[in-house]
Order: sequence, then C-alpha cells, then structure tokens
Amino acid sequence: MNEKIKKNSFLTNQIQVSLKINAKNRSLTLDSRTSLLDALREHLELNGTKKGCDHGQCGACTVIMNGKRQLSCLTLAATCEGANVLTIEGLAKKDKMHPMQGAFVKHDGFQCGYCTPGQICSAVALLQEAKDGDASYVTADVRNISKELKLSEEEIRERLSGNICRCGAYNNIVQAFKEVHSADDEMPTWKFATKMQMKSAKRK
Amino acid sequence: MIPAKFDYIKATSISEAVNLLDEHGFDAKILSGGQSLLPAMKLRLNRPEIVIDINGIPGMNSIEETGDEVIIGANCTHTQILNSDMVYKTVNILHQAVTTLGDVQVRNRGTIGGSLAHADPSADYPAVVLACNAQIEVEGKGGKRTIAATDFFQGIFTTALEDDEIVTAVRFPKVAHGKYLKFYQSASRFAIVGVAVVFDDSKVKVGITGVSDTPYRATAVEEAYTGNGDAAEHAVDGIEVMSDHFADENYRSHLAKVMVKRALEE
Ligand SMILES: Cc1cc2nc3c(=O)[nH]c(=O)nc-3n(C[C@H](O)[C@H](O)[C@H](O)COP(=O)(O)OP(=O)(O)OC[C@H]3O[C@@H](n4cnc5c(N)ncnc54)[C@H](O)[C@@H]3O)c2cc1C
Ligand code: FES
Ligand code: FES
Repeated sequence: MNEKIKKNSFLTNQIQVSLKINAKNRSLTLDSRTSLLDALREHLELNGTKKGCDHGQCGACTVIMNGKRQLSCLTLAATCEGANVLTIEGLAKKDKMHPMQGAFVKHDGFQCGYCTPGQICSAVALLQEAKDGDASYVTADVRNISKELKLSEEEIRERLSGNICRCGAYNNIVQAFKEVHSADDEMPTWKFATKMQMKSAKRK
Repeated sequence: MIPAKFDYIKATSISEAVNLLDEHGFDAKILSGGQSLLPAMKLRLNRPEIVIDINGIPGMNSIEETGDEVIIGANCTHTQILNSDMVYKTVNILHQAVTTLGDVQVRNRGTIGGSLAHADPSADYPAVVLACNAQIEVEGKGGKRTIAATDFFQGIFTTALEDDEIVTAVRFPKVAHGKYLKFYQSASRFAIVGVAVVFDDSKVKVGITGVSDTPYRATAVEEAYTGNGDAAEHAVDGIEVMSDHFADENYRSHLAKVMVKRALEE
C-alpha cells in the first residue's frame, strides 16, 4: 500500500489542513470528505457563509480564496492547505461595514437575506476583476479596451450570474454594486406606459 | 450531502499520480477542479476510495506558444484560458467557448483537463477540440501518448483514457477564423446544442456537443459545405440524437441545424 495512505490508515480518512481565514491562522483535523463550506460552518463557527444547494448551482456558499471567488461547497477543505480565505465575516473593519455591505443595506439588495453573504463576496471579488480587466461574455476583449473599465448593467448581471437570489432582489443588488463600483447611485425611475405603448406591447 | 469515505492524497508529480492510479485502478479518482467530480461524489454516483489531487503538480498549469500551436496544461482553469491574450489572439474560438461556460465561480476552479476527461455530453470544450483538430496529451504507466480529439470521446462520460492515464495537456493548432455558438439550457447554462466551426479557406471543420451522447465531427456538413449555410441541413445525418426533458429528439435536431447554419453564416 502507498506510504501516504498507510500513515493515516489507523485514523480512517483524516486529514490535516492549515490555512488562513479572515487573517487568522487556523489548523484543523478533519474527515477528508469535509467541504470548505462545512469546515467554516461546522468546525469554525463561521456561519455567515450559507449552504443553499451544496451542489455548485446557487452561489450562496461563495467565498474569496487567494483573491478569487469560488464555491466553498465544491472545494474540499483538504485542498486548501496554505490558502488565504476571506468570508463575509472578514469584510468589515471593526464596526465599519465594507462599502459593499453598506451599499446592499442602502439599496435594499435583499429580502430574506439568505443569498446575501454569497452575493456580497461575489460583488467584492468582481470589483477587483473589473480593475484587472478580466474578460466576460459581454466584453470578450476587455483587456485591450481599457483597464479599470466601468461595467454596464448587462455586464454586472452577467458577471454576478453565479449567484441566484430566490427573492429576486437583482435590481437592487445591481444598484448596490454600481454605487460602489462607479459611484453611480442614481435610482432607477419608472413611468406608466402610454396608451400607445400598451397597445404595441399587447401586439407582441 | 456527504460523499462516501475516501482517502485523500495530494500528488506532487505526474508519475506519482499515475502510479497511484495503476495501483488502485477503478477505486481511485483524479481530482482537479472538483466542479464535476464533487457533485457526483456527493450524490454517490461516484464512490472512489482514493482521491488523488493533481492540483499541486508543477508544470501542469501553463499556457505556452510554440510555432504554430498553443499548448494548454490540463490544470489550467477556465478563467486562466478566458483571460489569456495568447488564446484570444491565436485560438479565439476557444476563448469564445469559455465565455459561455458556467459562471465566474465555476470558471475559477474548473479545469480544461477535468472537463475533457469527464466527457459530459453537454460540455463546451469537446466541440472546440474536435473542430480545431486538437491533440490531447496523456501519460500513464506505459509512458506518454497523444490522442487526437477525434479519437478521444467514446461515449457518455467515456473517453479513450486507460485506467492508469491522466490528461496532461491539450495542443491546439492556431486557428485564424472560428465561431462557437451555444444554445443554453437556461438554468444550468450547459449546452443543449453547442456548435464550433473552424473556417479554413473554402473548407470548414464542424464540432457538435450536446446533441448526441458523444460529441462528434459533423462530417456530412463539412462535405456538403459550399460557402454558405445550406450544408447545415446535414447537421445530424447518421447521428443518434439525445432526448431529455429539456429538448426532445425532434427539437434538438432542429436546433442543431439552426445553430450550425448560424455559425456557418458568420
Ligand atoms: C454550476 C456549474 C455549471 C457548469 N457549467 C458548465 C458549462 O456551461 N459548460 C461546461 O462545459 N461545463 C460546465 N460545468 C462543468 C465544469 O466545466 C467542470 O469544471 C468540468 O466539467 C470538470 O473539470 P474539473 O477540473 O472541475 O474536474 P473534476 O471535477 O475534478 O474531475 C472531473 C472528472 O475528470 C477526472 N479528471 C480530472 N482531471 C483529470 C486529468 N487531468 N486526467 C484524467 N482525469 C481527470 C476526474 O477523475 C473526474 O472523473 C459546470 C459546473 C458547474 C458546477
Ligand atoms: S451551496 Fe454552494 S453553490 Fe449552492
Ligand atoms: S434575498 Fe432571499 S434569496 Fe436573495
């Protein structure tokens, strides 16, 4: 049998992992099956990160690892040796919320709040991705257009599409992101359709 | 949702990973991005006793250019490929496909090697590697070999890889002009139909994913091509078309023809 297995065989599938979470060093002994999400919630009492589907579909479990947002439910804790993880609990500075948290409150970027920690981690990572000029479906060749681009609403929606909000707070989430990203805090305005517009809408 | 018990091993070299696969055979599974393997293990569709993490293996996550090829390490993430200027300029069709793949979180972790080895019938890369005539580099107990994309996919979740082999890199010939078009399944964003067309003077190469349980080169379209979209009629000639609750056989066949036509007319 392989050396690496024999060493642990009396402990049946235990692993050890040391990583940094919200600027604190942590060392854990875990069942090898533990996801990063379960390690946070069940072993470190960091319940801010949410489990929606546990399957990669919803984004509620999004954390920022080594500067990149990823799904903690599809990350084995065992693979996080030496990693630097930032969760929703690590965003505020003492009593001062992260600007993205403040903007979500201001623009009412949630209803039940379950998807919110994932949405905010995703949005915070997106701020950096926009600065770095990362490519996307909407703007494929972002890097040649400009660094530090101002994302359009379509861009923001596309780039946050990995985070599902069952309450449908998307409009306000986009608004919150816009304010932090480009100081655009203009509220959307709504007008009743004219009779003509109503007629042509029906025909479609 | 917790997977069945397994031992986790972080491999530090390709030969270590290959030896472990050879030793444990069917009981062992390679872990790269985990974006397909972990969901399958949580549902206990896969119950490996040994999980071999290949992420730390040096030299498997670079993108390099040689003369007329771009070589992409198997451990390159979708995001790495998406943000590569070299890929954008020399294999743009690959770039196009990755813009449609999953979402940012999935792209930050999932890898090209993992996607090819997984051989999901709705995955995006297969159409592109087929249309580009890419070469898949693999290594096993018996050494290295190269598998042409056209020989690689053998059925649903089935490839030409032997039990002791891993994908180490993918070699793409530089492609001046190509188009990837995808009709999304609107919730998962996997392809119901994905079409990759590479234009080469008066000829085309067409790779199709999502339509059959094995991605394929639409040779009937290639032979009938005369510079316009008419050859799209032949998109599913001789192909057994999948049926599921998103799209039945007739609808899928129709979609395949429409998407091929649009791609050919680009
Ligand atoms: C929400 C969501 C949406 C997605 N949307 C899309 C989409 O639109 N299009 C698309 O194409 N994909 C999509 N995917 C799948 C994604 O692309 C995966 O990253 C990919 O299919 C698997 O790559 P991985 O690196 O995560 O592999 P893993 O999950 O680690 O492994 C997958 C399989 O391949 C084997 N394997 C891994 N690496 C190697 C190797 N180097 N050599 C040999 N065997 C290996 C493993 O043993 C396993 O059987 C989606 C996934 C999720 C969770
Ligand atoms: S809990 Fe991880 S994506 Fe839903
Ligand atoms: S606020 Fe309820 S799911 Fe988003």
